[in-house]
Amino acid sequence: MTTFSLLILLAPLVGCIVIALTFRVLPSKLHGYMGTLAIAVAFAASIGAFLNLQDRPREERQVVVEVWNLASTAGVDAQLSLLLDPLSIFMALVVSGVSMLIHLYSVSYMGGDRGYTRFFAYLNFFVFSMLLLVLAANFFLLIVGWAFVGAASYLLISFWYRRRTATAAGIKAFVINVVGDVGLVLGTYFIFKHVGTLDFLRGFARVDQVFTRNEGDLVAGCLLILVGAFAKSAQVPLHTWLPDAMEGPTPVSALIHAATMVTAGVYLTARMWPLFEQAPAAADVGAIGGCLTLLIAATIGLVVTDLKRVIAYSTMSQIGYMIMATCSAGYLGGLFHLMTHAFFKALLFMAAGSVIAAMAGEQNLDRMGGFRRAMPFTFACMVIGGLALSGIPPFSGFFSKDEILALLVARDDWHIVLAVAGYVGAFLTAVYTWRMIFRAFYGEAVEPARELEGGHLYHAPTHTNPATGEEEDTDVGFPGPEHHIAEREGSMKAAMSVLAVLAVIGGVVQIPNVTNWLHDFLEPTFAGSRYYETLEPSNSVIYGGFTLGAALGLAGIALAYRLWVVQPERPAAIRARLAGVHSFFVHKWYFDELIDTLIVRPVAWCGRFGRNVFERVVVNGVFVGGTSGAVRAGSAAVRAAQSGFLRYYAALLALGVTALGLYFLLAAS
Amino acid sequence: MSIEWYLVVSALVFCIGLGGILTRRNPLVILLCLELMLNAGNLALVAFSRAHGNQQGQIFALIVMVVAACEVAVGLGLIVAIYRRRLPIDVDELRELQG
Repeated sequence: MTTFSLLILLAPLVGCIVIALTFRVLPSKLHGYMGTLAIAVAFAASIGAFLNLQDRPREERQVVVEVWNLASTAGVDAQLSLLLDPLSIFMALVVSGVSMLIHLYSVSYMGGDRGYTRFFAYLNFFVFSMLLLVLAANFFLLIVGWAFVGAASYLLISFWYRRRTATAAGIKAFVINVVGDVGLVLGTYFIFKHVGTLDFLRGFARVDQVFTRNEGDLVAGCLLILVGAFAKSAQVPLHTWLPDAMEGPTPVSALIHAATMVTAGVYLTARMWPLFEQAPAAADVGAIGGCLTLLIAATIGLVVTDLKRVIAYSTMSQIGYMIMATCSAGYLGGLFHLMTHAFFKALLFMAAGSVIAAMAGEQNLDRMGGFRRAMPFTFACMVIGGLALSGIPPFSGFFSKDEILALLVARDDWHIVLAVAGYVGAFLTAVYTWRMIFRAFYGEAVEPARELEGGHLYHAPTHTNPATGEEEDTDVGFPGPEHHIAEREGSMKAAMSVLAVLAVIGGVVQIPNVTNWLHDFLEPTFAGSRYYETLEPSNSVIYGGFTLGAALGLAGIALAYRLWVVQPERPAAIRARLAGVHSFFVHKWYFDELIDTLIVRPVAWCGRFGRNVFERVVVNGVFVGGTSGAVRAGSAAVRAAQSGFLRYYAALLALGVTALGLYFLLAAS
Repeated sequence: MSIEWYLVVSALVFCIGLGGILTRRNPLVILLCLELMLNAGNLALVAFSRAHGNQQGQIFALIVMVVAACEVAVGLGLIVAIYRRRLPIDVDELRELQG
């Protein structure tokens, strides 16, 4: 088990270092394959760990591998130890598996970029950090991984570092993530203070003894941990960085900002289940936050015109479902949805990347249309991803979303409100997903689509920033001149095909009353949970939910079809009639403006005040100026004595010696 | 003869040397005056040595002579260097090392 766990972590780390060090030595094309290979090794090791775990008896399926005892002093046990239990193996499998496919996709997709090698070094570093995060056996290592993925996310969002909007987005993401990091660290402190250990398993075993139900410190700790989870998982009100993160290259959006990193909050809330079950008040806050996010994000997704941002809001919304589930003790549903979402959302992003490439970097839905015939493969992938996302049977998203909502109903208390909101969200999901697909692939073929049908890939006359329209060149730090679409690139096609298959059949791991694989697999992690075994939706809830979910999904698709294919002039009319609501949604519920007014401006004002008053007057004027002034005056006096006249020095010397002699004579007499 | 006479002579020679250093501008003369001061010291040392009846003062005097020889070597070397670079042989003119 030690070998497997180390291999999982070291393969991406070594990949990152080797790629970074050999960037001048080896041809850059090789680095793409090296990166993919490193992740493939990590994936193989994850499978090895999975099989090893399954061979063990049920009660021994929580293995702690102690790599190194970093420091055990003053009551703090900071160890580099890895926890291999069903939950971490599950996450490692999803992370390394999806990452491997996205690396494969990037090998072609990023082919024309001058930063090709850098891209793969960053990407491998990200996978290492993410695997470190999910395999950590204590808070200490978890925080390290948590901060590392934040840094990797920053590096990759700002990958095109000469694009002003991209660097701004990277900074925004990093700052909001640091807010989350601080929350996580402080929350850890609250827990550590009482349980006395940083280790997960030993700490969780003591939670029920040291904390009473809803004890103040525990609730505070859980809420602070939730701050960390919300910032990383882009939940309201710490979500504003995620749409901006779409400035990064599309594979980054697929990997980090859809499939893996943003689900870290879901993992965290699931991992901390003993804390949240003892602090239901904090769990309820998390569940309501997730529910709000899923509705808010879905409404924004309805009006956004940027192809990638539609999917980004969809990601926020789906993670809202997961957080809502894990905070309502529906761990199975949340994690199941995490897995299927990783498949179909990565697929949707890859398909979107292919479309954006065909549009030569243009991301605006208003300028797209009619790609159905020009890009049949991409269209098929988009449709599969869209069906899975909308929860149409028998695609994977159908089962996972239904699992969440059924578990919420099975709680049999006020959580039913969340379930209703979830169904509303499911309808909205179908509408915005298919709005995006219909607008990009149906309707009149735009020029790039027509050129592609004629066998020619469209190239824009000038390269522009899709967000601002500024002109850019294709040098280092900007997107490359070449574009690659899935139809023409084998590796992109392969990665998308595998994900498409998984998006279709992924639901098979947990079909109510048929298969119970995921439930059985995860059970050792949640042994002792109040809800995991007992929260069992009744058959009427399950099948009622199936029917309702499928009906809402189909209704949403039908509405989207009616609005954007049958009567394309209707949306404009509706928009005109609901101008207020539309503008409210287009401005993303004014969250950016709210945060700007409440936090950014006061902090900036404090900063200016500090600079003008404290820094300039006190520090620079009194401390620095005073010290340097005294030294300068003293040195001027000493310098005046150094006239350079030899005889003057001699006279002073003689005078001094005489004075000294006189002093001793007087003192002696 | 009592020791006072030796000391008076020594003090006189020392003061003559000091006066020369303070008033003359030629480095060569300054070196000579320095030598006078050192030898005044030597005279005092030897006188004390006789008065006390042991050899320590004489050994000191020998050491002072060695130091004086070194000092003359360095000083004359400096003067030769000044002469070779055609700088004025005048300590008041050589005052670039000011603060």
